[in-house]
Amino acid sequence: MAEEVKTPAPPTPPEGEPKPTAEKPVAAASAAPAKPAAPAKPAAPAKPAGPVPVPWTSPMVEKYRSQYGSGLDPQTYLGQNYLTVDCSLIPDILRLLRDEEQFDYCVDITAAHYPKREKQFDVIWILYSFPRNERVRVETQIADGASIPSSVAIWPTANWLEREVYDMFGIKFDGHPDLKRILLPDGWKGHPLRKDYGILQQDKEWVQINLGIESGQ
Amino acid sequence: MSDRTNEVSHLDLEAPEKPYLDSNELIINMGPQHPATHGVLRVILKLDGEKVLGTECVIGYLHRGVEKIAENRTYTMFNPYVDRMDYCAAVSNGLGYCEAVEKLMNVEAPPRAQYIRVILTELNRIASHQLWLGTHALDIGAMTPLFYTFRDREEILKIFEKYCGARLTTHAFRIGGCQYETYAGFEEDVKNFLTFFAPKIDEYEALLTTNRIWLERTKNVGVISGADCIALGVTGPVLRASGVKWDLRKAQPYAAYSKFDFEIPVGTNGDTYDRYLVRMQEMRQSMRIIEQAVGGIPEGPIMGKVPKVIKPPVGEIYHSIEAPKGELGYFIVSDGSTQPYRLRVRPPSFVNLQALDVMVRGLLVADVVAVIGTIDIVLGEVDR
Repeated sequence: MAEEVKTPAPPTPPEGEPKPTAEKPVAAASAAPAKPAAPAKPAAPAKPAGPVPVPWTSPMVEKYRSQYGSGLDPQTYLGQNYLTVDCSLIPDILRLLRDEEQFDYCVDITAAHYPKREKQFDVIWILYSFPRNERVRVETQIADGASIPSSVAIWPTANWLEREVYDMFGIKFDGHPDLKRILLPDGWKGHPLRKDYGILQQDKEWVQINLGIESGQ
Repeated sequence: MSDRTNEVSHLDLEAPEKPYLDSNELIINMGPQHPATHGVLRVILKLDGEKVLGTECVIGYLHRGVEKIAENRTYTMFNPYVDRMDYCAAVSNGLGYCEAVEKLMNVEAPPRAQYIRVILTELNRIASHQLWLGTHALDIGAMTPLFYTFRDREEILKIFEKYCGARLTTHAFRIGGCQYETYAGFEEDVKNFLTFFAPKIDEYEALLTTNRIWLERTKNVGVISGADCIALGVTGPVLRASGVKWDLRKAQPYAAYSKFDFEIPVGTNGDTYDRYLVRMQEMRQSMRIIEQAVGGIPEGPIMGKVPKVIKPPVGEIYHSIEAPKGELGYFIVSDGSTQPYRLRVRPPSFVNLQALDVMVRGLLVADVVAVIGTIDIVLGEVDR
């Protein structure tokens, strides 16, 4: 079989962008989370659409909103809170969340690729606070080739997590003590979780040189 | 015949400036093919004699691109893949995945399915801890527990096999509930297992808990503080053995766990011995949960109202459960199609393994083996 490279097109194309931040939620929806048929989705067949994200309000969020204004967009979806943050505010916000809001446990750092968007990558931090028993996600968007400050100094656990994001997406973290591939071999070319990397695609040259076989498929 | 009497000797009889036996740092490779690394983990050790100065883990030998596969399979098709990550606790993996997708679709599994899920997941927790105990003890020289634990684990695997046909990669649950009704005699089998297993834990403990060699090999070995665990994102029994009383089953209950009465065992010293004690206690607590659950499985359907084609609405969700090894999370981005747009697995083994370096510094080479065992990693999950 020829290389079956899955272009990002087949499912609903991501230009309309699944990101709930793109469209502001309808105010009326906040009362009834089970409200059907989100208006912005004509492509969806007759099927009850899920709940819509609603603005997230809490004293913590109010404080940061007044401080950072529009650089911060707090929302709640299915009972989970997340902050969409402008990428320039990331180091400040992450440090404040740890130092002042007791989000002492960085659960995960990951990313998602939206090739049709101008800022192609979402970077996501999932945080948890032991004292508050509360989770929050921090999300930001960055362009391809741009780098983002490392949070290893805030949570040491970020070390391997950031390395994995770098390995899979090619996103660079400034100030990371040892930013190199973690799951793939050092000499590998390409970042497999990008949408333009096909599922059967691999670094043929690496395979031929290091494994001595024509192809890994 | 030539006269050699005038030849000059080249022997250097001056004392050397450096001692002949130099004490340089030594870099050695442990693994990837090493029985005590529990798979294909390679640890580069920097040694001063027998003392470990630092380590670096080289992982990825089992990388299969699970997250990439997820983007190219439907939600239903991806379900069996999660069993292949932590293959010692496949049921837990499946539970986390199914619950995450259910949350994304805003549906809930019916109570009967929830109970069946809890029973199987807790059985799996016991099986996972048994496997850990057997191999961990074998690594540090106690061979007998391996045979005991594998003998008893078999009983759990038999229940799995009778329930869903598979022993290891079970694929026991479906999005929305369970595919299979319990077989005739399921409850009996589980109850029989509980009566069978209660004295077996005592047997394991009789072999190890006060065994002098075991104490020497585990006490004050691989100590990590609670604060260090939190900073490094370490969860599960390792975190609890360091004195942090945190278990997702209590902190953010999922499935039917809020209905059951159980304790969270904690340690105090955060050493290998405490982690052993915590896991032994966890097996007993799992038995308590199973006992309560199996006595009260509600009647009713086992599948919730889930459409034939799983198509979650546009949105993102993070859901995590307390797997035997720690917090297992799934972060799923849906674009409204039948395939996940992005699926991220937050593997407990991967994150916990990062603490290895902190735990083994200053110890001896032989202790590295003990510490790898006590973190309880499964490389299938570390590398995904």
